[in-house]
Amino acid sequence: MQAVTSDPHADPDIPHDDARRRPLLQGGAALPLAVTGVLMLATLSLFVGVSDVTPLSLLRADADPQALQIFLLSRVPRTVSIVLAGAAMAICGLVMQMLVRNRFVEPSTIGTTEAAGLGLLAVTILAPGMPLFGKMLVAAVFALASTLVFVRILRGLPLRSIVLVPLVGLMLSGVIASISTYVAFDFDLLQTLSAWMTGDFSGVIAGRYELIWSVAALTVAIYIAGDRFTVAGLGEEFTTNLGLNYRRTVALGLFLVSIVTAVVVVVVGALPFLGLVVPNIVSLVMGDNLRQSLPWVAVVGAAFVLVCDVVGRVIRFPYEIPIGVVVGVVGAALFLALLLRKSARVG
Amino acid sequence: MIDIAGVTKKYGTVAVVDDVDLLIPAGGITSIIGANGAGKSTLISMVSRLLTTETGTITVDGHDIAATRSGELARRLAILRQENHLAARLTVRDLVAFGRYPHSRGRLTTVDREHIDRAMDYLDLGDFTDRYLDELSGGQRQRAFVAMVLCQDTDYVLLDEPLNNLDMRHAVAMMRILRRAADELGKTVVMVVHDINFASTYSDHIVAMKDGRVVHQGPPSVVIHAEPLRDIFGIDVTVHEIDGHRIGVYYS
Repeated sequence: MQAVTSDPHADPDIPHDDARRRPLLQGGAALPLAVTGVLMLATLSLFVGVSDVTPLSLLRADADPQALQIFLLSRVPRTVSIVLAGAAMAICGLVMQMLVRNRFVEPSTIGTTEAAGLGLLAVTILAPGMPLFGKMLVAAVFALASTLVFVRILRGLPLRSIVLVPLVGLMLSGVIASISTYVAFDFDLLQTLSAWMTGDFSGVIAGRYELIWSVAALTVAIYIAGDRFTVAGLGEEFTTNLGLNYRRTVALGLFLVSIVTAVVVVVVGALPFLGLVVPNIVSLVMGDNLRQSLPWVAVVGAAFVLVCDVVGRVIRFPYEIPIGVVVGVVGAALFLALLLRKSARVG
Repeated sequence: MIDIAGVTKKYGTVAVVDDVDLLIPAGGITSIIGANGAGKSTLISMVSRLLTTETGTITVDGHDIAATRSGELARRLAILRQENHLAARLTVRDLVAFGRYPHSRGRLTTVDREHIDRAMDYLDLGDFTDRYLDELSGGQRQRAFVAMVLCQDTDYVLLDEPLNNLDMRHAVAMMRILRRAADELGKTVVMVVHDINFASTYSDHIVAMKDGRVVHQGPPSVVIHAEPLRDIFGIDVTVHEIDGHRIGVYYS
């Protein structure tokens, strides 16, 4: 008889899903498992393509030197870029959401990505000979400037409704995109612009992808400052109460996000919706304490782009659908599902 | 002791807080009452450096808040404002743990964990440890926020309308917790309250503001009288002595 009352789940006040949630958080094994999953996906991604590169063809004694070359010059850079760009853009989405305190923003919906594209366009017209690193810096300056404009507009809004914030972002990015289109049209660069604004890993080869490694370092920096960004997500007053300088914290976050976005746009192109979908999914499962959730956001972001990339490469084999298109379609569908789910919960 | 000397805050040409001199003693509960727009929240925000002062100085235990580093102040004084819209989806324990940020900078020690457990116990949040804040009722969430500022382990705890959105039961529970925090933990609690009867029943000291100035102050036995209350709120209040508390009736 007594044994019944000692059942920890007998308390009706404790919802049962708590029992399921904890093992996932504390299990410790979940994250390594997920990382292993991403590594397997990455391995798969290395061996998908038009040229016949298989693990066997690389390891055999009479290995085809051409296969090895393709592997090192194209496949490895491509997979590295996918993993880093996917993880980084997902993280950027989350950081933006904390800094702006709105779940429905990410760099590609508030003008940051478009501004990086505009910067790239400006360099291409004014200083076409500039090395890639310089182009990235210019793109980063443009990205940062537009993000600051966005935050500035938000500060001036009398009413910061949950819908208004992403709308302002979409309008700003629309304005920047139309400036880019106008300039590109004038200089006959429309196709180039469209190539930048649609993420595409097929152009990622050794010699012009190495910049993406800097994203890894920036991501680590974001992780180290993760606590600060969580605190910023609690609002200006909470942040000040805890003794942190709110403006400086936000500025640091915007700076890091802008540079990462610029690097990704320069090397890969825009990856829309990634920063919206991934953080929102992770947040549903494990909340937003960035110390805990950032590794997950990174892993899920990388996995998401890896899968989309493989799908884009096999769906019309031997042709390839740009990753930006696949990510956009899958991401938009997922986002819509999330949105409906969320409003069902709130309403 | 909080020493407010000649403090003014203007929005445009209107002085919301107008040349206020005030000493808030250490220990006990000090309630700030007054009509809407009297400057209560603005004053408490300036004391907690959420707003800057235009003129005058504010010191907390001798530390000038304009000259003291924010991280240092965060270990002496905690503030909880009334609107708390969080973008971050946090569990109750995560939120309370952030109260340790001024001490640990995000790396929790054993001492920090003890503080977190104690604060959770104090507000009876044991059942909600791993619940997300957006899954809680308004009263439970408010308790979590108060646990966070208590966990900050500061001598001074400032609360801007902590009873906002709480029903009677939760409001009483909250006031009892604050009373205990003052009596048992030796905190100095300064709060903005709208309900004069809560202020009268639970406070050691009442500060009444009107049009940006402090117009009355003292223990409830001095401030809670028909005359000062008419002066403060502009309505007639009949004050009765019930069970040793001074209760104002102003409903008719």
